[in-house]
Amino acid sequence: MTTFIVRRVLWMIPSLLVVFTLTFVFVHATPGSPWDESEKPLPEAVKQNLAKQYHLDDPLPKQYADYLISALHGDLGPSYRSVERSVSEIVAATLPVSAQLGLASMLFALLVGIPLGTLAAVKHNTWIDYTASLITVSGLATPPFVRVSLLVVALSLGVAWLPTGGWNGIWDVRAIIPTLAIGLGPAAILARYTRSSLLEVLGQDFIRTARAKGLQEVMIVVRHAMKNALIPVLTVAGVTLSNVITGAFFVERIYGVPGIGRQFVDSVTGRDYPLLLGIVLIFAILISVVNLLTDISYGYADPRIRYR
Amino acid sequence: MTRTVATPSVAMPLARRPTGLWRDAWHRLTRNRAAVVSLVFVILLVFVALFANLVAPYPFERQDLESTDLGPSAAHLFGTDLLGRDELSRMVYGSRISLAVALVDVLIVVLIGVPLGLAAGFFGKWLDTLIMRTVDVLLAFPSLLLVIVVITYLRAVLDQPTGPVLAVIGGLDNLTGGLLGVFIALGLVSWLTVARLVRGQVLSLKEKEFVEAARMVGASNLRIMARHLLPNTLAPVIVAATFGIPGAIATEAGLSFLGLGVRPPLPSWGILIAEGVRNMRAFPHELLFPAVVLAVTLICFNFLGDGLRDALDPKLKVD
Repeated sequence: MTTFIVRRVLWMIPSLLVVFTLTFVFVHATPGSPWDESEKPLPEAVKQNLAKQYHLDDPLPKQYADYLISALHGDLGPSYRSVERSVSEIVAATLPVSAQLGLASMLFALLVGIPLGTLAAVKHNTWIDYTASLITVSGLATPPFVRVSLLVVALSLGVAWLPTGGWNGIWDVRAIIPTLAIGLGPAAILARYTRSSLLEVLGQDFIRTARAKGLQEVMIVVRHAMKNALIPVLTVAGVTLSNVITGAFFVERIYGVPGIGRQFVDSVTGRDYPLLLGIVLIFAILISVVNLLTDISYGYADPRIRYR
Repeated sequence: MTRTVATPSVAMPLARRPTGLWRDAWHRLTRNRAAVVSLVFVILLVFVALFANLVAPYPFERQDLESTDLGPSAAHLFGTDLLGRDELSRMVYGSRISLAVALVDVLIVVLIGVPLGLAAGFFGKWLDTLIMRTVDVLLAFPSLLLVIVVITYLRAVLDQPTGPVLAVIGGLDNLTGGLLGVFIALGLVSWLTVARLVRGQVLSLKEKEFVEAARMVGASNLRIMARHLLPNTLAPVIVAATFGIPGAIATEAGLSFLGLGVRPPLPSWGILIAEGVRNMRAFPHELLFPAVVLAVTLICFNFLGDGLRDALDPKLKVD
């Protein structure tokens, strides 16, 4: 197991390097910057100063090496748009907000998705199953910007229970709509996996044995079936994280949450390429780490799996 | 709702009228109520898109500054937007964009995903390693993240093209209102799952006796792939392609929503929703109608995929 973990951690380095290199090349091949949007062309001297400040005149391999070294020291370079804050400072300011929102959404997804999937499997082929599958498909099929729009129309404009936007920490009522809008996606994924996994387990011999010896149905599902059924569900942790990240792009922007997802979208529309590169790097690290943790926890959860 | 389809009774297999795989599948599909309703909706949508000029009550770009931001009425069923354009007409023309994206997505699956998966599974060795490692790396990250990075690059390059090739692509992109850029970005990600699926199928199929037999009678590699392996992977490919369509439509709408996809005045549903969000506090119906239509379309394609999966192979798992 230890060898497996060490090897798996070491594998992360080349794959992160590939993603970093590809994004770096793409971003540097992209022409333009926020400055050529201005109506008046900048004076040549100003352009030269800007190029000097951002080291745009250095040869590309040197820029690459410099960026990599400073990134390893936690410095993601200066932003094009923001004069007073560096990319690292922007990330440090916005990532905690998104992390809170993301964790709350994940929690919501767990608390809704797994019971919903369980209920659908236990009540297989009844109206409860059909209703659950309608909810699941709606969550899977609707993109986050549609979900947040509809929630705002219903809960803020329709019955006026919640504000139409803004952010005041995770414990404020303003956090409810973004949490729901992001969390419904992963909740649907979890429900779908739990249902199919549980259905498979419920058809196995040891469940029949448990029934035959007269155990109550609740005990069978909770003690015997769930334990086995939830292990495969672990594998979708990476997928749900991807879902939360891409959900945050839209939801944070529409609802006015000052998180890293909104920063990412702003960096794209505002052509702030250093910020774009830095945020993609952060996302890549996050996803790699979660995929690693998933693989490791899978080994602990299911002792039959032997890693070499 | 997805597992209601009972397989036709096989108690007396000899007494049963012989039917083909496709006929059986069609029979099972039509017994799935959700799938049938979804299929009807999708067919309706195709007709609306094809005959948009006849269906739409007004030209989609016609402005009427006398009647802006109207609520739903007999003259304007879904109301008008802030420039007095008829919302229903814009949505009708917007369906063309969504269905064009769906069509191109399927083409990418068939022309890129299937051949690559077939080649990787059949030839193995370094070709397999190359293709599947690429798929692994690209699949490890959220596809929307990759699509946004690529389309940012494309938009910047195509707006000020250098060289004749880029100038042609940029011109076409301009002509299609930015749709070509969306297609290229989709081309990067939408073949991945199908390539992996087909490879897996081919790996197990190529060990079967009928492939051995074909080889014995001297069939070439190409013939074995085209005549023996390909038809056997068709059912899962159809299911996976159907499940891919809503993702592609949602991606286009999302990109257009962010201003990276189709350019106004082309009425992509994503653009309609973006305009609705800007205007939602005063006129929520401008957000509600396009958001609901997009949601219903995506849900229907998902139900259709569910139904096809159950109809073509009840044991099949595609997620």
